[in-house]
Amino acid sequence: MRFDQPADPNVADQGKVLGRPRTRIDGPLKTTGTAPYAYERHDVAPGQLVGYPVVSAIAKGRITAMDTRAAKNAPGVVAVVTTLDMERLPKAKMNVVYLFGGREIQHYHQAIAVVVAETFEQARAAAALVRTDYDEDRGASYDLAEQRQAHLDDEVEPASRVGDFERAFADAPVKLDATYSTPGQCHAQMEPHASIAEWKDGTLTLWTANQMVEWSRQALAKAFDLPPEKVRLDSPYIGGGFGVKLFLRADAILAAVAARETGRPVKVALPRPMIANNATHRGLTIQRIRIGTDRDGRITAIGHDNTTNTPPGGGGEEATIPTEHFYAGANRLLVHRPLEMHLPESNAMRAPGDTAGQMALEIAMDEMAERLEMDPVAFRVLNDTQVDPGKPERRFSERHFVECLRRGADEFGWSHRNRRPGDRRDGVWLIGHGMAGAYRGAPAQASGARVALRPDGRVRVDTDMTDIGTGSYTIIAQTAAEMLGVSVDAVEVGLGDSDSPVSAGSGGQWGAASATAGVYAACVALRERIAERLGADAATLELVDGQVCHGGETRPLAGLAGDRDLVAEDKIEFGDFRDKDYVLATFGAHFVEVSVHAYTGEIRVRRQLAVCDAGRILNPITARSQVIGGMTMGVGAALMEELKVDTRRGFFATHDLASYEVPVHADIPEQTVIFLEGEDPYSTPLKAKGVGELGICGVSAAVANAVYNATGVRVRDYPITLDKFLDQLPLPA
Amino acid sequence: MRAFTYERAASPRQAAQAAASTDHARFIAGGTNLLDLMKIEVETPTHLIDVNGLGLDTIEATEEGGLRIGALVRNTDLAADQRVRRDYAVLTRALVAGASGQLRNKATTGGNLLQRTRCPYFYDTNMPCNKRRPGAGCAALDGGASRQLAIIGASEHCIATHPSDMAVALRVLDARVETVDARGGGRSIPLADFHALPGDTPHIETVLEKGEFITAVTLPRPPGGKHFYHKVRDRASYAFALVSVAAVVQPDGSGRVALGGVAPKPWRDEQAEAALPRGAGAVVAKLLDGARPTPDNRFKVTLAERTLAAVLAEAKE
Ligand SMILES: Cc1cc2nc3c(=O)[nH]c(=O)nc-3n(C[C@H](O)[C@H](O)[C@H](O)COP(=O)(O)OP(=O)(O)OC[C@H]3O[C@@H](n4cnc5c(N)ncnc54)[C@H](O)[C@@H]3O)c2cc1C
Ligand code: SF4
Repeated sequence: MRFDQPADPNVADQGKVLGRPRTRIDGPLKTTGTAPYAYERHDVAPGQLVGYPVVSAIAKGRITAMDTRAAKNAPGVVAVVTTLDMERLPKAKMNVVYLFGGREIQHYHQAIAVVVAETFEQARAAAALVRTDYDEDRGASYDLAEQRQAHLDDEVEPASRVGDFERAFADAPVKLDATYSTPGQCHAQMEPHASIAEWKDGTLTLWTANQMVEWSRQALAKAFDLPPEKVRLDSPYIGGGFGVKLFLRADAILAAVAARETGRPVKVALPRPMIANNATHRGLTIQRIRIGTDRDGRITAIGHDNTTNTPPGGGGEEATIPTEHFYAGANRLLVHRPLEMHLPESNAMRAPGDTAGQMALEIAMDEMAERLEMDPVAFRVLNDTQVDPGKPERRFSERHFVECLRRGADEFGWSHRNRRPGDRRDGVWLIGHGMAGAYRGAPAQASGARVALRPDGRVRVDTDMTDIGTGSYTIIAQTAAEMLGVSVDAVEVGLGDSDSPVSAGSGGQWGAASATAGVYAACVALRERIAERLGADAATLELVDGQVCHGGETRPLAGLAGDRDLVAEDKIEFGDFRDKDYVLATFGAHFVEVSVHAYTGEIRVRRQLAVCDAGRILNPITARSQVIGGMTMGVGAALMEELKVDTRRGFFATHDLASYEVPVHADIPEQTVIFLEGEDPYSTPLKAKGVGELGICGVSAAVANAVYNATGVRVRDYPITLDKFLDQLPLPA
Repeated sequence: MRAFTYERAASPRQAAQAAASTDHARFIAGGTNLLDLMKIEVETPTHLIDVNGLGLDTIEATEEGGLRIGALVRNTDLAADQRVRRDYAVLTRALVAGASGQLRNKATTGGNLLQRTRCPYFYDTNMPCNKRRPGAGCAALDGGASRQLAIIGASEHCIATHPSDMAVALRVLDARVETVDARGGGRSIPLADFHALPGDTPHIETVLEKGEFITAVTLPRPPGGKHFYHKVRDRASYAFALVSVAAVVQPDGSGRVALGGVAPKPWRDEQAEAALPRGAGAVVAKLLDGARPTPDNRFKVTLAERTLAAVLAEAKE
């Protein structure tokens, strides 16, 4: 099915199941510990061995020798495969650094060997016996600020230029020129990367935890020079991804090389302390933002110049992204400077570009409102735009940002906020209020599904879509239930298997919208099959309560095809009208109250409120979970999360969950999420968009602005820890 | 983790004998620190002596009017003890500010005193660390990340802190550590003297001798006064202190103060306490006299003063 024009009213609009709150259908499996996650799939292949990774102790250089004798002789060891045993394995273009093979070290904790043994303990003990000699390249700089200084005068082609920014900025009567920084951030997902690999009859099967089954199937085929049909991936349950499981990672490669070497299935997980440096992170940024307005507060010039780290060949964290479309303004300049550094690989993490970008941009907007002596809500309302500010002929399909702002201000009690920074106290606590806007694009990707009507009237949906804890299982079941007139309990959903139709996968907040559209397409096809069976016209077919009605007759869906399944497969493909003529995006407004200890500078978030505009909300429970998860992650980014760079040795020193702090329960207060009612017919037949990434955008800046409002000290360097403002905080009298 | 042999000790003395006569032996109590370090081979004992089940898990009144806390009393039980909550509240507060409920259920009094530093380089066996490998160098001092580390009492060989909260409270309470050794002898060591400063031997962390086994921690008579434990960290719970202040403040404004998170041991200076009536600034100036912070952790000086100021303000309420 092609989606070439805005959606008309259709069967999915009935709203009997879709759009209704529904707890997760996979919830019981998870809460009882019976959902089969990759590392525990002992049943899928007998005789599994365990591989334990060995990782590089340097950031840059070459391996001169590896001594594996002691490891090979250790108890239980079956094999040791090192990076010197093979040429560099080809990598897919999504990966920036190479995952395995060859002498070259591109980053700290790069995988250099896998030790395979009968048990985990044996493999781990033997892995510690591998000795590696390096020829280390010293003298590389791992300090982004220093690199930025060195490259400040580099000629860089702007990512986007509209009008005459320099002139408009120079002429603006009110302006801001401020620089912000965000640290590297770790996905810190609950489930470590894990894979079990087996080679059998020339086919490589990987039971794994991966967000993008087809990308990774192709990547694996490329790495091992196999035809893609000789590779199978199965990734039904994923304990969090946030982008770190978008691409093939070392767990998969090590499991596959070890299984090939030993002729037995091998499982490999990345131990927690290796994840931060071995896998990907959100890149560091230093962002200079310039905003100029007229005296009334209308933006006339907006510039965003971002510097970020990347290994050679990558793009880093593209923090200028939100500034392209979020606010009005005739003159605009976006510059993106990825600097090549030999830190680990920076790559996509939840709302890549937008998260880090809005961490800075939404503080800048707050600072600007202050200069204008305007309410930051009113300032944003004034600078709303219904068209692409760079190409005014493209309009936003649906944009209710102003409503988010107003509704949020109302519900939060913004009019009662503290107005003078540092002015409000509750005992020893300084009270502050802050807000920020949120913006995230709403892309869609082709997505397929197969739907079967079983003889007993139950429905089975198969697609290689993934559920990374987001609720895909549930909204897909709801979609099929709505389309086929059955209850959600009558729908079985199979996900993550590369033998199923290729889906959009989970990334870029396109998963929910695209995958449900794919299921819609397959269900439309199945309705046609049903109609054919009955000699009816699919358009007039009514499917209700497990029955099919046509021509005044009602009969159960069960047994419609005798004792056989009635199966249909289709995929949704999106025409370019979506992007050519329209900008599709999601919007939000965040409001936060914090308290800051007047003596010690300890920060506590007291309440958080988000209002989201994201088209039709397919399931308010799973959508809310996504948004509160984003709000929690945003608090972490604002107040504590930092991959601290060891600038001398070139790695992230905070590489375990003791030193890389993420919020604990005690950090997270009452969270309220409001979804605006609405549909976006330009998005998908279901008129839905994503919320998973929107949820984190803008959150950290709202917290930062609230801290400023509480203390009167502006911190432009995340995370906002007390050491950055304590000396400027007046001691209580 | 290396392979190891395991035994269950029959008595405190036998535990001490076993540890004295076996190379690379370690006692295991709650295991919450030791096992983590064994998994990453920072600790590589070849023999473990399990000291659970020796009956050292009770808290008893002493003749002097204080308490004797068995070395195997769990942190949870110690924090919840009615006498501790009433008479030594600073200890309860310090304990519940540490780790998590699950960990405190396992962690023991003796093990807590002997927990090792949280310096990130100590945990990364690729990195030079004098504490792990004497003479290897110190990655933290050599351009590394040192925000969490010590500002005073450290040396050019090691700037690690002792991370325990409990120990900071015990220090203001003038606690003593009771031990037995392999010969059946024993001693009572003031907590003030228990932890060693790094000097040029940062791998030596206490005055305990080979095989010496902690049987109890004793508290003298209750000090009276108001009790405070203010622990400052980057998140609300489940993190080690950037700075903590344990204090007992008397109605006349005199009192005792110890700092955590700033030094290789709980940091107290009885002379500095004389300045308490003059306020936090005066006390901390003396207490942190000679501090040598890194650019990353210089804020701890200000933070210590301000945290003490918060405590003293609260004491006045
Ligand atoms: C995630 C995490 C967070 C934490 N957060 C905090 C925190 O915020 N604040 C805090 O203070 N602590 C914290 N801790 C540390 C915790 O308090 C210690 O791990 C615990 O107290 C150690 O006690 P244990 O009985 O488990 O010791 P074990 O691990 O069993 O032993 C530790 C050491 O003490 C030795 N030992 C044990 N008992 C004796 C004895 N009787 N005599 C002689 N030697 C002995 C052992 O040989 C070993 O070397 C945290 C720990 C973890 C894992
Ligand atoms: S500060 Fe101490 S523990 Fe940390 S690296 Fe240096 S020597 Fe090791």
